[in-house]
Amino acid sequence: MNQTFSRRRDRLLTYRAMREGKITSSRRTRCSACGEESPQLEWDRNLQVCPRCGFHAPIGAYYRLSNILDPGSFQELEDKLSPADPLAFPDYRSKLSELEQSTGLKDAAVSALGRIEGKKAVFAVLDSRFLMGSMGTAVGEKVARAAEYAGKKKLPLVIFSASGGARMQEGIFSLMQMAKTAAAVQRFQSGGGLYISCLTHPTTGGVTASFASLGDIMLAEPGALIGFAGPRVIEQTIKEQLPEGFQRAEYLLDHGFLDRIVPRSEWRAVLSQLLALHEKGGRT
Amino acid sequence: MSRYTPEEKVKLARHPDRPGTADFVDALFTDFFEQRGDRLCGEDGSIFGGIARFHGRPVTVLGHRKGKNLEENLTCNFGMPSPEGYRKAQRLMRQAEKFSRPIITFVDTPGAYPGREAEERGQGEAIAQCLALMSALEVPVISVITGEGGSGGALALAVANRVLMLEHAVYSVLSPEGFASILWKDSSRAGEACGVMKLTAQDLRRGGIVQGVLREPEGGAHTDWQAVFRTVDAALTHELAALDKLRGPALARQRYDMFRVMGQNLAPAGREEP
Repeated sequence: MNQTFSRRRDRLLTYRAMREGKITSSRRTRCSACGEESPQLEWDRNLQVCPRCGFHAPIGAYYRLSNILDPGSFQELEDKLSPADPLAFPDYRSKLSELEQSTGLKDAAVSALGRIEGKKAVFAVLDSRFLMGSMGTAVGEKVARAAEYAGKKKLPLVIFSASGGARMQEGIFSLMQMAKTAAAVQRFQSGGGLYISCLTHPTTGGVTASFASLGDIMLAEPGALIGFAGPRVIEQTIKEQLPEGFQRAEYLLDHGFLDRIVPRSEWRAVLSQLLALHEKGGRT
Repeated sequence: MSRYTPEEKVKLARHPDRPGTADFVDALFTDFFEQRGDRLCGEDGSIFGGIARFHGRPVTVLGHRKGKNLEENLTCNFGMPSPEGYRKAQRLMRQAEKFSRPIITFVDTPGAYPGREAEERGQGEAIAQCLALMSALEVPVISVITGEGGSGGALALAVANRVLMLEHAVYSVLSPEGFASILWKDSSRAGEACGVMKLTAQDLRRGGIVQGVLREPEGGAHTDWQAVFRTVDAALTHELAALDKLRGPALARQRYDMFRVMGQNLAPAGREEP
């Protein structure tokens, strides 16, 4: 009863605030992790982290960059790079153009030049709205070019991963992007470049098994699922249930694969500190 | 050449009597000294390797091992490596570079093991480190895909200056069963998946993924091991002689450039950088 009234009061407040023109939605959104509904307004204020349980819901690449970069510092790189269909896979082309329509992305990665508190870096961000952020030729090429560009300009490289792994529809060409991207970040790093790898929910398969695991600094968002094989495949293989929290960021931290877990609201501060500690891109 | 359908080739590639890494090591090398362990926490029998002589010359040789009988299958985990295996491989390859030995790898795995402990010890990281390490090695690296080239677990030993493939071997982003189950939620459509995946040696040669296809005897590699050994021996000798003309940094550059362009010609270049 009490809850009903408080919800009603909430809605009234939202409605009145909307009339002031600063809020545009009275929508409530259900958390896919805890199942609880919260006003979209609270999700927005919370950078799309569930106000009830703290679940870091997946977000788009541009939204992420807009929350991290200094205003006015965003310059997109390689924005013409578009996907290919090397296997002539049934229905793949139409799927790609459908997704381009609905997400505004050409493929699952965005790369950009930007600044955090004045410090310049090259960013690449995977977007799980586009075929689960899977890595085909366009994503591989974008990550490789970002690493090469960062190397040439002697800038640090920051990559946010969110991916189901290699993209099935591009077959073996997707697999080869693992070798290509791993080689590109390793070449960048051996030239003295700083590479910060930021893992977000979910990061699995061929992305985990290539550039995403190679950061000089390894960070992750709370609760992010990170692994090579997916939990369902593992359960089918070993025929037993996996322990609570298996393959979550906290679990990886405990097992020595991360430096730190970074809540979404703290990325800017943490990245700023790390970039400052490596001023001149790690070169003295 | 293509009397077999892709689906039939997958069966041939998985044939239990096909020569495996240990058989190639026995037949083509002398003075083999096996190296074991990752020096961190364990030994993984699914990756087999060590130092040997190839026509008198010291080389490092390694590859996936499936085992020939049930007991061996179990110690080799059916050729599905854990992180310890990949870290052992890294150790052997680093040592090869230190002592200027060429590296020869034999690839034959359904994929890296999807198990609980493997994940806990960083399966993804172990594979990623293999890829990064191999991409920069300043010694010649030749890989031969002899049977199943399954996913990242295969690629982890195949970032080579030359990737060769037996005529009926297969190499793919995932097993046809896994592919069908991800894309169509139905692993029984694996046969159909074989058809669209372009996983045969001939398709991969055309796609620029492998640089050579090695003829198998009539009926497949399992019918005449000696013939396969002769073919592989000749191919390795030939490729090694060609790579000997390149110095260390040029070898690393050639390998980097070769993988760098895979899939690149397919995506148009972007606008000029700011």
